[in-house]
Amino acid sequence: MENMHALSQILLFPILGALIIAMTPKEKTDSIKQIALGAMVYPFIITLIVYLKYDTNAGGMQFSEYIPWVTDLGVAYSLGVDGLSLPMLMLTEIIGITSVFSSWYQEKRTKEFFVLLLVLIAGVTGTFVACDLFIFLLCYELVVIPIYIMVLIWGSTKRVPKEYAGIKLTIFLLMGSAFMLVGIVAIYLSAYPEGMRTFDLEKLVLSSRLGYLSSDFQIFAFFLLLMGFGSLLSMFPFHSWSPDGYAGAPTAVSMIHAGVLKKIGGYALIRLGLMVLPLGAKFWAPLIAVLAMMNVLYAAYIALVQKDLKYIIGYSSVSHMGYVLLGFAALNPVSLSGAVGNMVAHGIMASLFFSQIGYVYERTHLRSVPELRGLSHQMPNVSLGFMLAGFASVGLPGLIEFVPEYTIFVGSFGVYPVISVLAISGVVFTALYILRMLAKAIFGPRSVKFDKYHDAKGFETAPLVFLGFFLVILGLFPELFMGVIRSGITPMTPMLEKIADAPTIVDAVIRYVGIGGGLW
Amino acid sequence: MVNYLAVTTEVLLTAVLLSVIVYDIVVKDKRYRKMLPALAGVGISLSAIVTIGVFNDAGTQSFPGSLFVLDNFAVYFKNLFCFAVTLTLCFSSDYIMEQTSHPGEFIGLCVSALLGMCIMASANDFITAFIGLELMTVSFYVLAALAKDKGRAGEASVKYLLVGAASTAIMLYGISLVYGAGGSMIFSEMKNNVHLFYGVGVAGVSMVIIGFFFKLSVVPFHMWAPDVYQGAPLPVTCLLAMGSKAAAIAMFMRVLYTAFPILANYWLPMLAFFSAVCMVAGNIMALRQTDVKRMLAYSSIAQAGYMMAGIVAADAAGMKAVMFYIQLYMIANIGAFAVLAAVEPKWGGTTHAHIAGLAQSAPLLAAVMTVSLLSMAGIPPTAGFAGKIYLFSAVVDKGYLWLAFVGFVMSMISVYYYLMVTKAMYRDLTDFEAETAAQPLEYSPVVKLVALCALVGTILLGVWPEPIAQLAGRAASAFMM
Repeated sequence: MENMHALSQILLFPILGALIIAMTPKEKTDSIKQIALGAMVYPFIITLIVYLKYDTNAGGMQFSEYIPWVTDLGVAYSLGVDGLSLPMLMLTEIIGITSVFSSWYQEKRTKEFFVLLLVLIAGVTGTFVACDLFIFLLCYELVVIPIYIMVLIWGSTKRVPKEYAGIKLTIFLLMGSAFMLVGIVAIYLSAYPEGMRTFDLEKLVLSSRLGYLSSDFQIFAFFLLLMGFGSLLSMFPFHSWSPDGYAGAPTAVSMIHAGVLKKIGGYALIRLGLMVLPLGAKFWAPLIAVLAMMNVLYAAYIALVQKDLKYIIGYSSVSHMGYVLLGFAALNPVSLSGAVGNMVAHGIMASLFFSQIGYVYERTHLRSVPELRGLSHQMPNVSLGFMLAGFASVGLPGLIEFVPEYTIFVGSFGVYPVISVLAISGVVFTALYILRMLAKAIFGPRSVKFDKYHDAKGFETAPLVFLGFFLVILGLFPELFMGVIRSGITPMTPMLEKIADAPTIVDAVIRYVGIGGGLW
Repeated sequence: MVNYLAVTTEVLLTAVLLSVIVYDIVVKDKRYRKMLPALAGVGISLSAIVTIGVFNDAGTQSFPGSLFVLDNFAVYFKNLFCFAVTLTLCFSSDYIMEQTSHPGEFIGLCVSALLGMCIMASANDFITAFIGLELMTVSFYVLAALAKDKGRAGEASVKYLLVGAASTAIMLYGISLVYGAGGSMIFSEMKNNVHLFYGVGVAGVSMVIIGFFFKLSVVPFHMWAPDVYQGAPLPVTCLLAMGSKAAAIAMFMRVLYTAFPILANYWLPMLAFFSAVCMVAGNIMALRQTDVKRMLAYSSIAQAGYMMAGIVAADAAGMKAVMFYIQLYMIANIGAFAVLAAVEPKWGGTTHAHIAGLAQSAPLLAAVMTVSLLSMAGIPPTAGFAGKIYLFSAVVDKGYLWLAFVGFVMSMISVYYYLMVTKAMYRDLTDFEAETAAQPLEYSPVVKLVALCALVGTILLGVWPEPIAQLAGRAASAFMM
């Protein structure tokens, strides 16, 4: 075995950890936490090795594993990573391990918490390493229920009750996935005749390239996928679950959800939507671009008037997903690599934000900006976290967000000049709400009521150190992740050129109006 | 020569039935009486094993005049029924001995209902099928009434009897019309009978189908189901939800595919329509239920809708999907009811308020309940997901994309009410509740074993559906040839 089943280890180790924790007596909270940490550290190291050993010159799927699984459906336990999924996998592991650090002082029903957390992480990991749609679906839906239970038990009730937040989040995602499932079943059935059917992603791409999937079918199926993955990516107008959900969820869930889970939507739109249904993607691209602009601007406006820290970051993440969608909609290699890069960047930044908010909230039980004043006097380390994440969010050069965002604008400007300019103006609003938040909550006069709370020390600074490290390093050396992403996007160039002249929804409308005018 | 091997299962089950009755009369010692459910379970499992042994893949065996056939299809279903009844007797043995007035009769009637189901799976003519159906239903009438001094059992059984009798009348009338038009009672002889196209024949076929709709509690013939499910003793509800439904589905498929294929253009759209109605109405009505038993009744209406969607596909793939789905539905049902059987006697009910805090008192049971309900909803990695993929890919393949669409959307809506149960079990308790509900719940090791089996089975079938799917596939393709 050349690759020693590296990806299987990454995928299954958290599940193993969850099983061991399930069998540990619940009084032994320390051992439970150590097991959970161990179950995350090991896959993190393996992922790091995989990341470093990945050959960007060769590109394509590497570290592949293939075991036929359900032969009558054409399902195989097939794993692999390429330039698209590897950065996402790395992101998952970074945030996974940080979320364990952030939950270190979780004293309420510790055992159940870590079992669910590890299952959640395993599910997210699986979606990125799966090369088979069935396995992808299995892992994707695996995460929904643990999240619900976690919000229900460990969530917080502020503006909306946590029960409401949990069920809203769950229902939105599940309704989206109903559309997506119909789309996927339709693709599965249309790609090959009976007897040859398969869920293998590469074979589905091949089928599309051979022309088995008609243009009309692609347009229809892509719409279904867009509904499903779009609502996961909090695409306007399906975004409203996101701020409420993050506000109600416990810190670790907010981190994972905003950091990686949401990105499954964007990842799947590229991997499944664009690669299997290129004509469909091209058809709907203008609509996506308009919605992306709405995402950026509308969510940024709303973030301006929010008081609750988690709502500000929740809307901010909706706004940032607009950039990802814009990069997708422009459908050229530059903008696409920007979109993927932005997903990674935003993941690290958002989870840093949520971990710091979580720390403040656990101590002070306050999240509202007017009530939190001058925290930097008492909590300099936490304030540093806020500053780093905030400046990254604004797109300060030298931090992780700058390069991907810039790449997206470079890529999309040529395609949608007006929309791009409007979307870029979102940066101004981002600066407004982020700086306002930092100025009020972090700086300002010292308030005595916070004197009794101590700063993050020792182990509590782990999320800051960990995420801050990547935030800066990847900002200074963006090639570390943009290079890998480019190796995944570049092979798509011929396909993207081929669909450049394919009809879009705009053409369809013009044609329809033209015919209508003729009849008139 | 008469091939008596074809009726092995039925003969053995009759023997088990008689032994149960005799044992109940003869043995008076309390210690030995307690073993009655276990003994019945062993007898049933042995009959199932012998059935597999007797049947070889060589082909269909039939009783004189092909009134009764033993093919792959029948064997699959018979094993399912035996499996379901055995496990139900296992997890509810304490319940039966302590909560019902006549344990011996109760078990005997369960076996006779099982006998009826087995006859239904094998029947190849209307009279035999009718005998099986009635044997099963009449047993259930009595079973539903056996806890008559408790709550709503009386109402449940009377309601069930009246509606059941009415549906039987409709079906019998339909059968007589079909016989009048087609001139035969045997399914396979009616296959290509053009006389069914006469008005009388079409009317008869419709009435037979409506009779089945009653038994399957298809909307709008479902009114009896929630009250009966809620009022009947727990093991009976469990058997009604899966056993009686599975048997009706088995017989329904045989009737439709063997006797009435010539009218397929009539009944296929009708079935598709009612399947969609069932999925929508069953799930919507379940949304507001707070009693888990009653919720499961509405959910079983929706489940009937999913299974009917598979029948609409009308080919080997669809049939295989239905058979696979029934299997996983049974396992999920057994899991859910095993939990309820442990909770109800101790905590006095099955509403959301009664099961609050189960996650702390009995974490295993709460996990089994959650996983079983999610399997019914079709969330991976439980078996329900694989089942729905089989079902709806068969349906879409036949061009019913809208039906699959309704199915997926409704199954996502159904997650809401299943999650409400999860919420009740896992939520934080108020201080007042914490005093009463947070104590560990005592339950017998048998319940624990059955619950664990259901949990493992559900997840195993979900991540590795191949073995059962192949079994179902073989049975279906043999049938469809």
